[in-house]
Amino acid sequence: MRDVAVIGVGMNDWGELWQDSLRTIWMQAALAALADAGVDRVDAITVGCMSGGLFVGQEHLAALLADELGMAGVPATRVESACASGGLAVKAGFMEIAAGLADIVLVTGVEKMTDVSGEDATAALATAADQELEVFHGATFPGLYAMMARAHMVKYGTTPEQLAAVAVKNHRHGLANPHAQFRRAITVEEVLSSTMVAEPLHILDCSPITDGAAAVVLADLDTARRLAKGRPIVRIAGIGHATDRMALHSRTDMPTLPATTAATQKALAMAKKQLSDVQVIELHDCFTIAEIMVLEAMGVCPPGQGGQLAPSGRTALGGDLPVNPSGGLKSKGHPVGATGVAQVVEITTQLRGEAGERQVAGVRVGLTQNMGGTGASTLVHVLEVVS
Amino acid sequence: MSVGIVGYGSYIPRRRIRLADIAKVWGADAESYERGLELHEKSVPARDEDTITMSVTAARRALARAQIDPSEIGAVYVGSESHPYAVKPTGTVVAEAIGAVPALHCADLEFACKAGSEGMFLASALVKAGDMRFALAIGADTSQGAPGDALEYSAAAGAAAFIFGSERLVATLDAQSSFTTDTPDFWRREYMRYPQHTGRFTGEPAYFKHILGAARMLFEKSGTKPSDFAYAVFHQPNGKFPMRVGQMLGFRREQLETGWLSPWLGNTYSGASPMGLTAILDVAKPGDRIFMVSFGSGAGSDGFVFTVTGRIEEVRDLAPRTRVQLDTNKLYVDYGTYAKLRGKIRLAE
Repeated sequence: MRDVAVIGVGMNDWGELWQDSLRTIWMQAALAALADAGVDRVDAITVGCMSGGLFVGQEHLAALLADELGMAGVPATRVESACASGGLAVKAGFMEIAAGLADIVLVTGVEKMTDVSGEDATAALATAADQELEVFHGATFPGLYAMMARAHMVKYGTTPEQLAAVAVKNHRHGLANPHAQFRRAITVEEVLSSTMVAEPLHILDCSPITDGAAAVVLADLDTARRLAKGRPIVRIAGIGHATDRMALHSRTDMPTLPATTAATQKALAMAKKQLSDVQVIELHDCFTIAEIMVLEAMGVCPPGQGGQLAPSGRTALGGDLPVNPSGGLKSKGHPVGATGVAQVVEITTQLRGEAGERQVAGVRVGLTQNMGGTGASTLVHVLEVVS
Repeated sequence: MSVGIVGYGSYIPRRRIRLADIAKVWGADAESYERGLELHEKSVPARDEDTITMSVTAARRALARAQIDPSEIGAVYVGSESHPYAVKPTGTVVAEAIGAVPALHCADLEFACKAGSEGMFLASALVKAGDMRFALAIGADTSQGAPGDALEYSAAAGAAAFIFGSERLVATLDAQSSFTTDTPDFWRREYMRYPQHTGRFTGEPAYFKHILGAARMLFEKSGTKPSDFAYAVFHQPNGKFPMRVGQMLGFRREQLETGWLSPWLGNTYSGASPMGLTAILDVAKPGDRIFMVSFGSGAGSDGFVFTVTGRIEEVRDLAPRTRVQLDTNKLYVDYGTYAKLRGKIRLAE
């Protein structure tokens, strides 16, 4: 299996992009990544997108977007794994290069979510849950994560203030990210007094609806060395991919995320790393409770103690393990199919030392965690600077 | 020749419903609406009040201040999105009631929330062209919001009327602008009972873009800047938007507060910024300049610059002031009564 490096990254400015279509924002990200990599041709394209059909009435995205890029003829693949579609697109691109099917792959993620009403967007997102066993009975994602949060509170004593601290931290990080949707500092009091969406989750505990795209160019290590031009080479050292029982009620322990545990262990084993080697993490904080549960599932702290991390400052920029320096899904935005790719954009930028004001000093190993639904699918990538 | 406002009048129904009483029915968080949209209560028309009756009252009050012979009015335009008839004009009933028929041009206008200012635009232009001595423009609505929809918290009732002319002016019209694009942020198709809207899309690409566009054109055309004005008034679909757009343009809160009726009135649609203008004329001093920009979904904005004349002092108390109607003689209704008054209860056939 060949080694695979990230040789280019790009994303557009995320937000409610009323004037732009899916193809426009995808092109902005793709062209930025190609320019960053310094390449004008690729052997293959992958597209992560959760639901072009429900959000903009467009499927067959891989061919459409290859054509838009002026690359009709290039093999292009669209992958879907709900909110983990972006992470899966990275894995798909990785596999093409590792297997020798391609030397350079453009990996992209995109979601155009604001062309439909908030209600329709909520319904589209709910297709990531089990329609027959959950959604038909009225479940929505804020509702499902609220149940996970409630279970965590009952079992471990986690508090609304601890949830709010995650949002406060990620918004503070997002201030330094020019691509972030919400570049605005918030306080614990503001989170707690914001509108209740699904108890105990306030609106400021929830990631927003976002239009956005992200892209990375992957290449085999020889090609990466040839194109490096003196910049650090960042390698995808490990990939972990796992699934869990789809419906929340089928799980044996609601406030845990076994797929994240399994995917993290697989990715670290493949990378021949320990969790203690990881110096920066981008993870899937679709709701504040998710960041707490993901950090516990990874083993950053014992189960039940994740709520203490954000208030302690450990996971903030300047702490011993910065989490979501990009602002995370909460501040940067969550265009679902793009999120997993954007996480790789951020960790690559950090490992290259190009993150500006939000740079974590001296990082050589970083990790991304991207999940679909309530954690029924999870992708973890370990990235490292090649010596 | 100076053209401007000869007389003005407004009408606010005395019934009100508190936002908290609407929110209670739908299990919504009243506080977040009150804080987020800066809305507290809204006017509710009685069973026998509609766009026609409110227009007639506002027009009579404008006539009282204009002190002109109604038969000299050459045009009547009524802008509304709640004309009682789909086919048959509102304007003819109003014109007949005030004695402006039959030598008259009459039309009903519709452009979501800016139909009232459209009438002002046309009426002033016809006077300016020399085709008639006086022309009457009215913005009035008993606006509809679907039960439980976000619009139900703001959709209110009220009317404002302006008689334009070139003599006996209470305010000169110094400049006007219009900014229009095809932006579908809110609509009601034929046979639909309630309008539909596109949530947050109604903000930045619709309301803010068009108001800012018309306002900047108006500054340029009139060679003015925010500090030249004593007052500014903008379309007010809620309490928050007009304050924000005013401050974005460089107006201070003190310039905006006089015409800012929506927190306690709601959104009177075609009546909204015109009613704000009446509240300003109620207190403005001779020489004060007023900046006004409307907004209608679909979408467009009309902008006007007025300068108040000395005659204002003589006529403003010839009819009820707008703030007095807003702040006194209120009759609160509960949601059940409101539902009955708004025809939301299905009666036996």
